[in-house]
Order: sequence, then C-alpha cells, then structure tokens
Amino acid sequence: MEPEYILQMEHVSKSYGDNLVLKDVSFNVKPGEIFALVGENGAGKSTLMNILFGMSVIHNTGGFEGDVKLCGEKANFASPNDAMKAGIGMVHQEFMLIPGFTVAENIKIGREDTTPTLASRVFGKTLEKLDREQMNKDAKKALDTIGMNIDEHVKVAGLPVGYMQFVEIAREIDKADIKLLVFDEPTAVLTETEAARLLKVMQTLAAKGIAIVFITHRLGEVMDVAQRIAVLRDGEVVSTMKPEDTDIVKVAQLMVGRKIEKMVDDSQVPENLDTAPVAVHINKLYVDMPGEVVKGVSLDIREGEIFGIGGLAGQGKIGIPNGIMGLFPAVGDVEIFGQKIAFSKLGDALHKGVAFVSEDRRGVGLLLDESIEDNIAFNAVAVKKEYLTNFGLTKLLSRKKIREHALNMIKLLDIRCTGPAQRVGSLSGGNQQKVCLASALTLHPRLLIVSEPTRGIDIGAKKLIMEHLVKLRCEEGVTIIMVSSELVELRSICDRIAIVSDGAVAEILLPDAPDADFGLAMSGARAKGVR
Amino acid sequence: MGATSIKKTIKNFGLPRIIIFSFFVLLMITAGIINMDVQSLMGDVIRRWGMYGILVLAMVPGIQSGIGPNFGVTIGIVGGLLGALISVELRSNDFFAAYASNPTLVAMMSILVALVLAVIISSVFGILYGMLLNRVKGSEMTVSTYVGFSVVALMNIMWLILPFRSQTSIWPIAQEGLRNTISLEADFSNVFNNLLGFYIGRTYIPTGLLLMFFLLCVLVWLFTKSRIGAMMAAAGTNPIYAKASGINVNRMRILGTTISTALGGVGIVMYAQSFGFLQLYNAPQMMGFSCVASILIGGASIRKARIFNVLLGTFLFHGIMAVALPVANNLIPEGNLSEILRIIISNGIILYALSKSKEEGK
Repeated sequence: MEPEYILQMEHVSKSYGDNLVLKDVSFNVKPGEIFALVGENGAGKSTLMNILFGMSVIHNTGGFEGDVKLCGEKANFASPNDAMKAGIGMVHQEFMLIPGFTVAENIKIGREDTTPTLASRVFGKTLEKLDREQMNKDAKKALDTIGMNIDEHVKVAGLPVGYMQFVEIAREIDKADIKLLVFDEPTAVLTETEAARLLKVMQTLAAKGIAIVFITHRLGEVMDVAQRIAVLRDGEVVSTMKPEDTDIVKVAQLMVGRKIEKMVDDSQVPENLDTAPVAVHINKLYVDMPGEVVKGVSLDIREGEIFGIGGLAGQGKIGIPNGIMGLFPAVGDVEIFGQKIAFSKLGDALHKGVAFVSEDRRGVGLLLDESIEDNIAFNAVAVKKEYLTNFGLTKLLSRKKIREHALNMIKLLDIRCTGPAQRVGSLSGGNQQKVCLASALTLHPRLLIVSEPTRGIDIGAKKLIMEHLVKLRCEEGVTIIMVSSELVELRSICDRIAIVSDGAVAEILLPDAPDADFGLAMSGARAKGVR
Repeated sequence: MGATSIKKTIKNFGLPRIIIFSFFVLLMITAGIINMDVQSLMGDVIRRWGMYGILVLAMVPGIQSGIGPNFGVTIGIVGGLLGALISVELRSNDFFAAYASNPTLVAMMSILVALVLAVIISSVFGILYGMLLNRVKGSEMTVSTYVGFSVVALMNIMWLILPFRSQTSIWPIAQEGLRNTISLEADFSNVFNNLLGFYIGRTYIPTGLLLMFFLLCVLVWLFTKSRIGAMMAAAGTNPIYAKASGINVNRMRILGTTISTALGGVGIVMYAQSFGFLQLYNAPQMMGFSCVASILIGGASIRKARIFNVLLGTFLFHGIMAVALPVANNLIPEGNLSEILRIIISNGIILYALSKSKEEGK
C-alpha cells in the first residue's frame, strides 16, 4: 500500500551553539506532490536539507530534535549515502558532475552496470568490467523520461550549462527506487526557456509519483508548479498554503515580513537630497566576480546619500563594490564626483576618495597577524603616504602618529581591546569590523562603501557601526553605499535601496515601501527597468 | 617571576630554539671536558656568525614579500662571485695601483668594488628571478630550489669560458678556465675581519665583519619600517588585502626577491673575505639550504621573519656547525667522519626547521 506521505518532518529544531536556526518545523510531502520551500537567505532551508540528508555538519554539532519520517518510518540517516540508498535524491545548485566523463558515465556513476571477468571472480566485484551498452541504454532511458534529447556519449565538459542541470536530474531519476527528489535552487543558473523546461520536467516526474521538494526564491516559478508552499522565515514555518489560496504578493510579504525596528535614529536627513549633485554615476557596470556576477548595473547616487544595495546572496550585489574597487575584472563606466575610475589602474578608486569596507573582513579587510594600530593606519600609509616621519634621506612609519590615531579610533568606535598593539586576529568579529571601519575612515573618504558591515557581529557592535555611518553622513557629508543582505538594516538607515536580482537592479525602493515590494524585487518576479 | 610568566617566556622563545640552544651548550661543555680550546672555539662561532649572517639576512625580504624562504639565493651568490672575480681581475690589471703604498687601502678599495658590482649584478639577476617567481605562485619553494641548482649548473659552464685572465683566478697550466678555489690573499682576504679586530683572552672578535653584518641588519630593519617596506610585507602576508589597498603585489614580490638576491651577492663577498677564498663550481649549491635552515631555526616561519630570527638563527645553526665537528672529530678521530656528520647535522636541522615552520613564526 502507498503510504500517505513520503516525507514527514515533525517538530524539527536545530541549534548551532546558542544560535537557534530551526524552531519546531513541521511539514509533510505527499507522493507526486511538488512541495515548495521558500525563504530568504538564512531562513533555515539548507539546514533543513542537511538534516534530511544526514550531513555530517549536523551530527558534528549535536544532532537535532524532532523526527524525520520517510514513508511513515522514522529515518535518521548517518550519512548522505544512507539517505540516497533510502530513495532520496538531490539536484544541486552547483553541478556535481565530472567534466571529463561522458553523460552516460555521469548518470551511472557509483551504480555502474558491470559484467564479471576472470579477475573479478578471483578478486571480487570491484574488478568487474563496465557494461557500457547497458549503461548507455539506462542513461538514454533516464534522459528520455525528462524529455532531453542529448547524446549520452558526449563528455559533460562541453555541454551548455542548462544541459548539465538535466544530466544531474537524469542521474537522480535513474536510481532504482527514487521516492523523493530535492531541487535546491535548480533554476538559478538557467535561462528562461531552460527554466521553463525544467519546471515541465518536475511536473512530469511528479506525475510518476515521485515527491518533489522545490527550494527556490523565484516566487513566480513556485506559483506555477507547486501544489503547496511553505514559507520559512528565521527558522520557522510561518505559513503553509496552496497557490490558489494566495498570491505572489502575499508570499513575498510573508517571506520578508518583519516589523521594521528602527535600529538607529536617522531623522536628520539632509535637505534637498533629491536635487543634490550626483556623487556616483554607474553606467552599465559588468563585474566578473565568481558567484556574484554583475550583469549591467546602472545607478546614480547623490551626494550625502546613504544608498542601500540589497538582494539575495549570489545575485551580484557584492560584485558591485568589488568591481568598483578593482578587485575583480570589471567593465563599464563608474564616475565618482565626476572623475572616471580606471579599472585597469590598481587602487584607482582609493586615490579618488573612495574607501571600502570589504564583506570578507578576515580575508580582504584585515591583516590578522598585525596589530590594531597597524591595521588602522596601513591604508592611509599606502594610499595617502600619511603617518610617516621624514628623516631627510628616507621616510619611516611614525609609530607615535600611528599610536595616537589608533587610540582616537579605539575610543571613537569603542573597540574593545587590551590596547592598540593587540593582534587583530584575536579580536571578536564585531571589534574586527570596527577596525575595518576605522581603517576606512582613516582615509577620510568622500565616498564610503561598506559591504555586509554587520555580518556575523553582535547586536551592540551592529548598532554602533550603523549609528556611526549615519553620523558620518550628517557631520561630514560623506556619501555612503551600504551593501547588505539584511533588509532590516538597509531599511533602517538608507535613503534609497536598490534591490539586485540576477546581476541587475530589479528595483529601487524607498525604505518605507511595502514588504511585498521588497520580496517581489528580491525574488526577481518584477524585473522592471531602473527608475 | 611567577610560573606562568616563565612559561610565557619559554613559549615566546620557542621550544625548538631552547632544544637547539641546549644542544649548543652541551657541545661547548663536552669540548671543555675533552680539553679542547673552548675560547678559540668561541672565536670560531663568532666569526661564522658574521660570515654567514648576511646570507641569512637575505632570507628576510624574500619571506616578507611572500615568496617564502629564498632557496634560490644561490643566484645572488653567483652574482656576488662574479662581482668579486671582476674586482680580482681589475686588481691584476693594476686598477688599484694608485693606492699601492697602503696594502690595506688596496684591499678596502677592491672589496668595495666587489660589493658594488655584486649588488648591481645580483639585482639584475634578482629582477629576472622575481619575474619568474611571479609565474609560479604557490610553488615558490620547490621552484626556487631547482632554479638555484640550475644556476649552479649553468655557471659551471660559464666559469670555464668567461674571459678572466688574472693569474690568481685561472688554472696555471691550461691558462684558461677559473679555478675551483681562488685565493684572495692578494686581494681582500680578511680585510673586514681585521678591521678593528681584537682578542678577548684567546677569543678573536672580528669587529669589522660584525659591524658590517649589524649595519645591514639595521638597514633591512629600517626598510621594513618604511612605507614601501610595510606595503611589501602586506603583499606578502595577504595579497588580496594588499590588492584592496591598491598595492601591486607582483611588483612588491619582485622588489623583495631583488633585495634578497642583492643581499645574497653582498653576503657571499663578505663570506669570501672572511674565508679567504672564492669557491666556484658546486660550492654554492647547498648554501641556500643552510640559509633557510638558519632563519627557520631562528624562529621565522615561511610567511614571517624578523631581524631577530636572523641574529639568533645564524648563531645557533652555524654555532653548532662550528663546534660540533671539531668535537665529533676529537671524540671519534677515524676517517672522514666529520664530513658525514656535517651532512647529517645540517640536513637534520633543515628537516627539523621545515617540519616546525608551519606552526612557528612569531
């Protein structure tokens, strides 16, 4: 007898240390159902899937609470291998294919058909010969099932990206008794027609009785194919509904929806911001940053503005500042206070009055083994030749000036440390971030770009950094671009917020725009032109 | 001083250095017990300290600029040898005849010429070598080792065909090709060692040699405190950080390699004047290894090095070499044991230092 549910998640909770990432999550998936799981980055989607697959990261951090049931039976997989044996398959966002193997070999990998040989009779099954004919036949069958007409003999390396996704699906459905398929952001890298085709394939598979969990942030697709939608937010299932009972706006609202707590007081908005001269003019900027590709962004940012750039991870928002600073190959026009930035010249933006606080503070932002004071002063030394003492023949670093300045900064930004000579690597995340900010401020920039300034830091440091950004704008008239995944934070201090989706600006919104607008823009459902 | 602060001091100094220092002391005591001349042994230790010091110092700019320990310092050594050979050639052509009345002055002038030429030739080599290293990022240690070997092989041919004619340099019968070892007796042998040198008991202090060593240490230290030096160190420790600060990482690496190579050139000239001979052909082949071992023993890592590591490391490594061999020979006088021991000890220390290099580095 068919069980009523293929997958049941019952009261699943999980915490990493003190951080509760899943709170009492329950849902179930019926055979032949496409069940959509939507949510922002960090909502808990990946953790949920890690639990389902028995990933070691879950076991290593103390397991989880609650039950996962497969076909009505309790399942607690020790490893992804066990999960696969039990009939769960996964189609990844990044392809897990071997480029040098043929399509058929990739589809049959780990489950090759073999025929016995002399050697295998003596030494065991591992030495059996590959039965290529059977493998090709199976592969062909799997490909036909999903309606893909590709030659199973070609190597994967040469295939277009869209095809690789289908090879991956074919591999999963070739498994003998596949019951449940998880699609993790499968359409992220596909073109529109490819995506449409993939959705068709999902429906075909579902019609065969396979249960499908569809993880995505593209709400349009969800509305088209899903039978039920669960919205995950901050580790909780806030709602489970049927697409016909709701609409895309409502789902978007649920996904983003939280009360905007004003983290800082930003009532002192400079007057005439609308008519202020343009400080940053970005025209058709393309940046080739792996994982954060920017595909033609155009923006005008006014002097004295705090301009937010938001969007989901991997959509390209991080690529924008990194391109401007010349850290990744970029093309397009960027003018800052009327001066064009030459991407070919290293550090050109720095010399034109831009300072950058990188999202990767440990990798790019800091010299972890050096002292706080050296980190703070270094940029100014390298870029502006400040903090040096002239000894006639040569100029040496002025320890006295550096120390003095560092002490000021430590006081100004409340950097908690044993002293300016403490190694930056031994500071907490929030204090490291403050050092990064101090280093940028030491350049006395006219334009300050902060990328993910609040990632992984405590609430106190968050508040202080954001307050300081507001103060900088009010007191020194610094123009600020803040790139962040935290919509709440963007909305609490920015004057305007550009939402980046798929490498381009989806929409520019005011901070008090409705939640649904933000949700829709982020999920790429409303890719309008730039205002 | 409480137990914790003692522990901290030990930790800062590093266990490897404590072990090696104890070994050094043990050797000295053994030497005393078997009635060897400890005072003159100590003189040997100090002489070797100054003699090898600059070559070890050459490791610092390399490590700081991110190319790691410069096994290819051999390139600088070859450049220095060329400089010294040209100086010898000039002397035999009566280039320094104007100062003939004062032999010390002639020696001084000839070593200065040798040093200047060494710096120039080695710098040119260093720039090319730096450009090569920029193409093999990530495997500098292996590549530089083999570049060092290749240069030695190449120069083995060059020593035979270069048109040097000085009678002290070439084979006397064939009248062509440079000798294996060239005496500097008529040139600048020991000129710095004897400068202001004095005895404490039977321990000779080669003041000039040490002063030159310390002077170069100070210069390199000043360089690290300059803007360019700080930029170079940043490029070495975190290339992406440096790039974000608008620093051309490749150029900084070339700069570091060039300084390292030039110091290698200076180092070998100072070494030669103290030794009294120029050693050509395969002699420089393994010198890079002892330099790397010295600085690692001194507490540097393959990412981080300070002048203190140079001073301490050279003293320990070459101190042990200077004492261990005579002691061992004295204890077991048979055959060519000393040569075998030299190889075991020096390679053992290199191995030990390399195995420790990841975790160390303060």
